[in-house]
Amino acid sequence: MTRAMTGAKMVVQALKDQGVDTVFGYPGGAVLPIYDEIFQQNDIRHILVRHEQGAAHAAEGYARSTGKPGVVLVTSGPGATNAVTGITDALMDSIPIIVLSGQVPTFMIGTDGFQEADTVGITRPCTKHNWLVKDTERLADTIHQAFHVATSGRPGPVLVDIPKDVQFATGTYAAPEAARTSHYQPRVKGDIDAITRLVEMMETAERPVFYTGGGVINAGPGASQLLRELVDASGFPITSTLMGLGAYPASGGNWLGMLGMHGLYEANLAMHGCDLMINLGARFDDRITGRIADFAPHSRKVHVDIDPSSLNKVVHTDVPIVGDVGHVLEDVLRVWKSRGRKINREALSRWWAQIEEWRKVDCLKFAPSARTIKPQHALQRLEALTRDRDRFITTEVGQHQMWAAQYLGFEAPNRWMTSGGLGTMGYGMPASVGVQVAHPDSLVINVAGEASWLMNMQELGTAVQYRLPVKQFILNNERLGMVRQWQELLHGERYSQSWSEALPDFVKLAEAFGAKGLTVSDPADLDDAIMEMIDHDGPVVFDCLVEKHENCFPMIPSGEPHNRMILSEDTTSDTIGASGAVLV
Amino acid sequence: MTALNIKKGSSKHSAYDLRTPFSDHEETHTLAVLVDNESGVLARVIGLFSGRGYNIDSLTVAEVDHEGHRSRITIVTTGTPQVINQIKAQLGRMVPVHDVHDLTAEGASVERELALFKVAGKGEARVEALRLADIFRANVVDSTLESFVFEITGTPQKIDAFAELMYPLGLIELARTGVAALARGGGGA
Ligand SMILES: Cc1ncc(C[n+]2csc(CCOP(=O)(O)OP(=O)(O)O)c2C)c(N)n1
Ligand SMILES: [Mg+2]
Repeated sequence: MTRAMTGAKMVVQALKDQGVDTVFGYPGGAVLPIYDEIFQQNDIRHILVRHEQGAAHAAEGYARSTGKPGVVLVTSGPGATNAVTGITDALMDSIPIIVLSGQVPTFMIGTDGFQEADTVGITRPCTKHNWLVKDTERLADTIHQAFHVATSGRPGPVLVDIPKDVQFATGTYAAPEAARTSHYQPRVKGDIDAITRLVEMMETAERPVFYTGGGVINAGPGASQLLRELVDASGFPITSTLMGLGAYPASGGNWLGMLGMHGLYEANLAMHGCDLMINLGARFDDRITGRIADFAPHSRKVHVDIDPSSLNKVVHTDVPIVGDVGHVLEDVLRVWKSRGRKINREALSRWWAQIEEWRKVDCLKFAPSARTIKPQHALQRLEALTRDRDRFITTEVGQHQMWAAQYLGFEAPNRWMTSGGLGTMGYGMPASVGVQVAHPDSLVINVAGEASWLMNMQELGTAVQYRLPVKQFILNNERLGMVRQWQELLHGERYSQSWSEALPDFVKLAEAFGAKGLTVSDPADLDDAIMEMIDHDGPVVFDCLVEKHENCFPMIPSGEPHNRMILSEDTTSDTIGASGAVLV
Repeated sequence: MTALNIKKGSSKHSAYDLRTPFSDHEETHTLAVLVDNESGVLARVIGLFSGRGYNIDSLTVAEVDHEGHRSRITIVTTGTPQVINQIKAQLGRMVPVHDVHDLTAEGASVERELALFKVAGKGEARVEALRLADIFRANVVDSTLESFVFEITGTPQKIDAFAELMYPLGLIELARTGVAALARGGGGA
């Protein structure tokens, strides 16, 4: 189907044809024609954020919780530059978002026109791909390409920059079916010989471990299902990165918990001691590996990733497999079954016995308190009171984020939205907005630190406007807690600029926005307060005053290997050497 | 914390010092990259190299297929084998990139570069410059009573060698195109 229409109308038509139901955006001069079209239709809902960074994170939350791409619409210049942090965040965490930005008219490009910025130049390194469309005839086609690129292969953010004259001019609309077929077709099937090698290794491995990441979530719910089948049938232990939580259920028998810098003792020691590591959709990030030279020193490694550049990037792998985790898992299961479902049972039971020993350390235990709320305790109570609900969790960045990953359990994929690769403070509040828009009847909780939350708190206005009952669960330690922890451990307890001075009264702040505010400081009141938060039919800011100098453990100090984990205060002195201190 | 009961020592399968099976040894490779000739494509490729800290020894680009809007970028780069592989993988996943060929790894190839040399001098030096140009099959494309401009085509090494000789003879300016390269034999990239 082709027909003539203005560029602005094409934008809306292309979004509809791509199945978009929601756009997160903020208007301005260079996108007025598109906003005019949005006004004149009812199929696409526009969520007016309060800051363009919020739009990008909301789109990420929407995408991560639905598996569909998120869409962002911003104006030229400051609208686009404000979105850059969110775009970079999506790139680091492989989240598909499509950003449409307005641009000054083509004849003004290069003249330093009002609100002109070189948006494609600025976003070139932080998008998977971007386009400046100078001709209305190419607009619909480009938008369709943008959806294709954002969602195929390793997902990621894309940007289409649309000059205002291109929006006004008339051209021929091309429907998605008519769009040029892109040569960009990443490979999804894994090499069958390599898959067979993996199965052979599984058959004899004495100390195997699955190490899974965000790639499993990106591969869709089917991949999580296959993962569960393989893990349960093989009996191998499984750990996951921060990004991969929920692919295998936290209540599953083979679950070791998260690994990495603040991962569980048993998960990290299993990684360190394994003889076969099966990496599915994770990327050997430095938060995971610690010191590379001592990373899993006695293991053979298999790495499945859809992005060939992730293979052998930082860690040498014995069997690299390029492919979609879901497709590869399907083949692994098929080959393993057809060869008789063999595993090294005897060795595996010894391996589990060892893991049980590590588990006895009970690395998440903490000193309870009857007087102050321990942040870990607050999360344990939140978990107990929300576990059985239809629940989505977002987080900000800091200690609270790591505690949330440790103390909350995820039973399904797409239920946990956090900024992993970029570590963006200010992610969680707008992400919770995006999640709630997609899941209006679910319980959406942003586990926040007070400092992070202030970075995008303006989005509380968005939540109130659209009646999004997001719960902002702020673990308020009046500190930039994670920074303070590092200063304690690495910089001689010199707490340079790491406290939150002049904090607002969060209850009054919530009320000023038209939301509900709650504050709690006595552990005895915690459960009732959490229930009040859950039961309130509307957005809530929950100011939970917690222990100020609590540290997040376990911790692998930067530059150290997995078996040099510290478990508590008593073991922290002088653990981080000078070479570790240069790492972040 | 409790010590782990794991034997220390190295397994030939594990590689966790980036320097063991990833060797330290640096190699120079010539890559031919076929890209859509769209605006910004060169900036993307260069941005990849600068952003990830890779070397560019030489880079040339021109449209080679007008109908198909294809350009060929020839990049000479230096790095450890692991870095070279990363460069190829990173280039390969870029949306406008159709093909990445490692001419150094894929067999024999021919490499040529064109250079212009401006050499100024009088007397013996001038005569010597002209004589050497002849030996190197350089052409004189401009001359005054006090200067020559030589045009020379060859491998980068040949041009380096010619430059070496011209310096003492009054080389005052040098322009090089960078390397263009093709695989030998009948197959196409
Ligand atoms: C935008 C941004 N700026 C700075 C940082 C560095 N940083 C990481 S955690 C942190 C402190 C976060 O404090 P808060 O949100 O209160 O969380 P807490 O660690 O106290 O739980 C900072 C400043 C960051 N991750 N993101
Ligand atoms: Mg804090």
